[in-house]
Amino acid sequence: MNIAAPGHGNSTKPIIRPRIYWEIADALTLAKRNLVQIPRIPEELIFSTIQPVMFVLLFRYVFGGAITGTGTTYVNYLMAGIFAQTVIFGSTTTGIGLATDLQKGLIDRFRSLPMAKSAVLTGRTLSDVVRNTFVVIVMWTVGLLVGFRPQGSILAWFGAAGLLLLTSFAFSWISATIGMAVRSVEAAQSAGFIWLFPLTFASSAFVPTQSMPTWLRAFADRQPVTIVVNAVRGLLLNKIDATTIWEAVAWCVGILIVFIPLSVRAYNSRTAR
Amino acid sequence: MANQPAIIAEGLRKRYGTTQALDGLDLRAEAGTVLGVLGPNGAGKTTAVRILTTLLKPDAGYARVAGLDVVKDADALRSQIGLAGQYAAVDENLTGYENVEMVGRLYHLSGSAARRRADELLQRFDLVDAARRTVKTYSGGMRRRLDLAASLVMTPPVLFLDEPTTGLDPRSRLGMWEVISKLVSDGTTVLLTTQYLEEADQLANHIIVVNFGRVIAEGTADELKTQVGGDRVEMTVGPGSDITRATEILRPYSVGEMAVAAERRHLIVPVAAGAQQLAAIIREMDAAGIAIDDIALRRPTLDDVFLSLTGATTDAADLTTAPAERPLAGSPR
Repeated sequence: MNIAAPGHGNSTKPIIRPRIYWEIADALTLAKRNLVQIPRIPEELIFSTIQPVMFVLLFRYVFGGAITGTGTTYVNYLMAGIFAQTVIFGSTTTGIGLATDLQKGLIDRFRSLPMAKSAVLTGRTLSDVVRNTFVVIVMWTVGLLVGFRPQGSILAWFGAAGLLLLTSFAFSWISATIGMAVRSVEAAQSAGFIWLFPLTFASSAFVPTQSMPTWLRAFADRQPVTIVVNAVRGLLLNKIDATTIWEAVAWCVGILIVFIPLSVRAYNSRTAR
Repeated sequence: MANQPAIIAEGLRKRYGTTQALDGLDLRAEAGTVLGVLGPNGAGKTTAVRILTTLLKPDAGYARVAGLDVVKDADALRSQIGLAGQYAAVDENLTGYENVEMVGRLYHLSGSAARRRADELLQRFDLVDAARRTVKTYSGGMRRRLDLAASLVMTPPVLFLDEPTTGLDPRSRLGMWEVISKLVSDGTTVLLTTQYLEEADQLANHIIVVNFGRVIAEGTADELKTQVGGDRVEMTVGPGSDITRATEILRPYSVGEMAVAAERRHLIVPVAAGAQQLAAIIREMDAAGIAIDDIALRRPTLDDVFLSLTGATTDAADLTTAPAERPLAGSPR
């Protein structure tokens, strides 16, 4: 082992740039770190793709026949709900990933470095958006195979994709807050998931809300998943409703405004053990 | 800044719920030295390191590292320190090279500087062959070396090593000791926490013994050993020897309490001036016709120091809690 003095570091000077530059550059460094790992642990991505595929098949072939009043074929109705559910469930990987980093002591290392404070969280939420994009593309293909026929313009479809990714990003920050708040990876897993079940199922994702009892419908019609699903559905089926789209965007922005500061604060006060 | 200690902390306190992790901890490390922080699990060593590396804010007290306040100047301080932890904080799904390069980028080195540093450090820590493998495939010793390499990207003047060899096999431990010694000879100030007394003995110029979040003893390894007691002669006499006679011969040499285990024919005698006394004892035993199976002059190890110090503190804690409970039990209505 050759441990000769390395000329005490005058050749390794940090670059001086404005703070905002590092907020972005550090986040990208960490997003890259997360992304290069995905092909190295393929089983993780495979299982997170199989789950929504199962939902498509179950709803399309098991429940679909019994669901009426959708105004189109059930598979056309279903896919907007599946896309939304996929990105929202997919956002839980953010919290799980952060809780894992915390447990392994990586967050301690990052916090001891002179890097941007938001970067670990931004890097993780960004890489999860990329990952979710991939899963949505797979779901789109699966949808086409089981009879999904989107209508209207390609531009609107890209609009739908954009809205889904914004939703994915927003829910990732909620997940990040949960991941930094709980004490273990297992807790991040269950705490991240459990509240998403009522939120996605008591919505217009899989069935029209008119079929629900009044009290439940009052909730279902107003909650963000329904609004996102309705906006996406409109964009995919050529029934664009600008108000719903803006409401959906407003929900996402609102979530970001609340949960970005919350999770950054949690990050700055947490250590591994 | 030349005469300032590289690390100084005064009256650090930190409480987690009902646990007082740090209870007025003071410490000081001069530039270019190794401070060993020795203590059992839960003594507060890791909490102290977390405060000194800006990861945790103390409830009370103050600390400066490299002349910077750990709370007020936390941002500036982070570029002056390196931290390598007992849990080897490296990403196991990245390669060794990717890990070090990433840390370089996060220290805001340019891409080319970060790559060059990664190459240099992996070479320095004997990880070139494994550089392109994911860390998952590394042994415990390799992970620790990688962790240390990552903490040295900026050649920080002050380095914190939190139990750097915990859980390593003896050979890897020796390897880490060699690496750390060489770092120190390059002028880096090191704060090293450990549960291994031998490690502190080997590496540290100055040692503090921590228990219940407080310093209970400090000094050089030799000073600590002297504090517990001086040299002693340990002797085993041959089978069938007259133990009583041997004990009588040894008594004048003893400066404290002798320990005699007759069934094992083993005698321990605290002595004042080691080597001469050893020669005299051997001559006298020989003259008395007592066969010696084994005889040695032993200095106390840091283990002896540690056990006597921490044992004493536990007793003291018991004594102080007892009176507080008495009024409760016997309080009149």
